Amino acid sequence: MNIVVCVKYVPDATADRHFESDNTVDRKGVPGLLSELDEYAVEQALQLKEKAASGDGGDDVEVTALTVGPEDAAEAIKKALQMGADKGIHVVDDAIAGSDYLATSQVLAAAIEKIGDVDVVMCGMASTDATGSVVPAMLAERLDLPQVTLGSVIESQGSGDSWEFRIKRDGDTATEVIGATAPLVLSVTDQSGEARYPSFKGIMAAKKKPLDTWSLSDIGVDADKVGLDAAWSAVEGTEERPPRSQGEIVTDEDGSGATALVEFLASKKFI
Amino acid sequence: MSEVLVLVDHLDGKVRKPTYELLTIAKRLGEPSAVFIGGADKVDDAVAAVKKYGAEKVYVVDDAEIKGYLVAPKAEVLQQIAEKLGDSGPAAILIPSNAEGKEIAGRLAIKLESGLITDAVDVSASEGGEGPVTTQSVFAGSYTVQAKVTKGTPIITVKPNSAAPEESEGKAEQEEFKATISDSAKKAKIVASQPRKASGRPELNEAAIVVSGGRGTGGDFSEVEGLADSLGAAVGASRAAVDSGWIPHAFQIGQTGKVVSPQLYVANGISGAIQHRAGMQTSKTIVAVNKDEEAPIFELVDFGVVGDLHTVLPAATEEINKRKG
Ligand SMILES: Cc1cc2nc3c(=O)[nH]c(=O)nc-3n(C[C@H](O)[C@H](O)[C@H](O)COP(=O)(O)OP(=O)(O)OC[C@H]3O[C@@H](n4cnc5c(N)ncnc54)[C@H](O)[C@@H]3O)c2cc1C
Ligand SMILES: Nc1ncnc2c1ncn2[C@@H]1O[C@H](COP(=O)(O)O)[C@@H](O)[C@H]1O
Repeated sequence: MNIVVCVKYVPDATADRHFESDNTVDRKGVPGLLSELDEYAVEQALQLKEKAASGDGGDDVEVTALTVGPEDAAEAIKKALQMGADKGIHVVDDAIAGSDYLATSQVLAAAIEKIGDVDVVMCGMASTDATGSVVPAMLAERLDLPQVTLGSVIESQGSGDSWEFRIKRDGDTATEVIGATAPLVLSVTDQSGEARYPSFKGIMAAKKKPLDTWSLSDIGVDADKVGLDAAWSAVEGTEERPPRSQGEIVTDEDGSGATALVEFLASKKFI
Repeated sequence: MSEVLVLVDHLDGKVRKPTYELLTIAKRLGEPSAVFIGGADKVDDAVAAVKKYGAEKVYVVDDAEIKGYLVAPKAEVLQQIAEKLGDSGPAAILIPSNAEGKEIAGRLAIKLESGLITDAVDVSASEGGEGPVTTQSVFAGSYTVQAKVTKGTPIITVKPNSAAPEESEGKAEQEEFKATISDSAKKAKIVASQPRKASGRPELNEAAIVVSGGRGTGGDFSEVEGLADSLGAAVGASRAAVDSGWIPHAFQIGQTGKVVSPQLYVANGISGAIQHRAGMQTSKTIVAVNKDEEAPIFELVDFGVVGDLHTVLPAATEEINKRKG
């Protein structure tokens, strides 16, 4: 079985994030890292590998971590390799900067096609910068694969190239069980299970794992189809929201806190 | 005027409030056409509901061949309706910004070769008349962004509470639409479905007031629920409370839960981590009860009580109930 796990390199969500003057996300002024939500995808890919390997057939599974992003994005791949992925592919090209979801998904899909013979495309539930939760569905559309997304529980059964998947999907109004046969696109939520930390051994081993760099021409995508100028939507303006200013803080003493709270709510007409 | 397609968000035929918000927004952009994908026996109620909020047309699509599959068939339906409208197509396609809606929108954008904007919190007609301008709230609510679709039909997913629904009678002309669903859209099957139990409280996404609890509740949510009920509020939670198994994930507020923007948000025993803030810091008024005066949540509050929630909440609830008489 071949698993490709799509990982994104994002500005640290706990830092002060900003935009550049061209309204693209500032990816330099803030330290970047492997999107925390994609760690769950790497974890599920590794669990799948371990499960297949321990099955009757003792299947050989290869987990490839794939990212589309600037030079630094190789860091996201390295983290995935340290966690246990077998190899990495980094699609990097100046022309990609400023791409929208459509272009990003096109580049990812082309890279997945070039990797070839992929059984599972594993994604996170959302990137922590764009928070679109759309790329996995777009990959399913582009690759014409079943879309089995936002799984909080992932179950699989099979061997060799023949695998069935079932996920639990917690929707707005219902919890559903979604089933499909590989090859497919899976995405997993942060409820799917704690992601492992790289071990010392994993960190050492990662240094020797292959990490290939591909350009757009390597995957046969036209440079003028991607990037900021080719995007099908445009940011017209960004505005920093003024920080909230702290209001009144009271310390509760013998019930004074509750009284003050109720007074405040009443003064705002919430009662 | 061109049609603006609105995908109706409904639960077994019962139209949900975000649909009325989308119809209200659609009126700013053109003529609202609702797209109802559902059971044949639910059509009358749904049509009556969207008529009240200005739908001029209702495309009725029988879901017999659709409901057993995830997302993909619905994208095909919208594609086929949009293509039927000819070269100029719809002026925009508005879709509720929930998990399913965003995925439908993503697939549709590829099919129609059109630009996509997700999670809009406002949409207005542009002055020059060249398509809608959207407002989004990004980076955990620390920025607002104005954007526009520049190619094809603007496909926009709109978050709940983005507009106050305005009643206005539309013609609600019904058109049965027979969609052709491809085999490849049927590859991901819904094997089982368990509707979420109604809590009797307002929906988290739609509520004017949200009262939430975190690790500081120690696992007993009854005090949070008591305060919520006295205020007619929805109940929410931090991830720490969800991860501890105290309350289902559907109640989680934050980056990986729901993003809410109510008139009033009351955080109890919640420290205010950035991932939690991402889900609530655009609330109009923020109140917190926390026993640690250093808790970061206090940086955002309009009013804060440093104290033990186990004493403050029951006392406040009792006082509110007394005032209400
Ligand atoms: C990728 C990722 C995604 C995440 N997504 C989310 C998300 O969507 N939503 C979310 O909420 N978090 C999310 N988190 C987790 C987040 O970082 C915090 O860990 C979490 O919000 C903490 O929850 P808490 O405030 O309830 O708990 P804590 O941080 O432990 O805070 C508990 C607070 O309760 C106070 N307290 C204790 N006892 C009492 C008492 N008796 N009376 C009054 N106050 C009391 C304490 O002083 C403390 O401030 C995410 C984290 C990651 C890494
Ligand atoms: N540039 C990228 N490189 C690799 N994977 C990505 C990229 N962008 C998005 N993804 C994948 O798609 C998921 C959803 O992203 P998004 O739709 O941007 O919220 C992420 O969790 C990743 O698994």
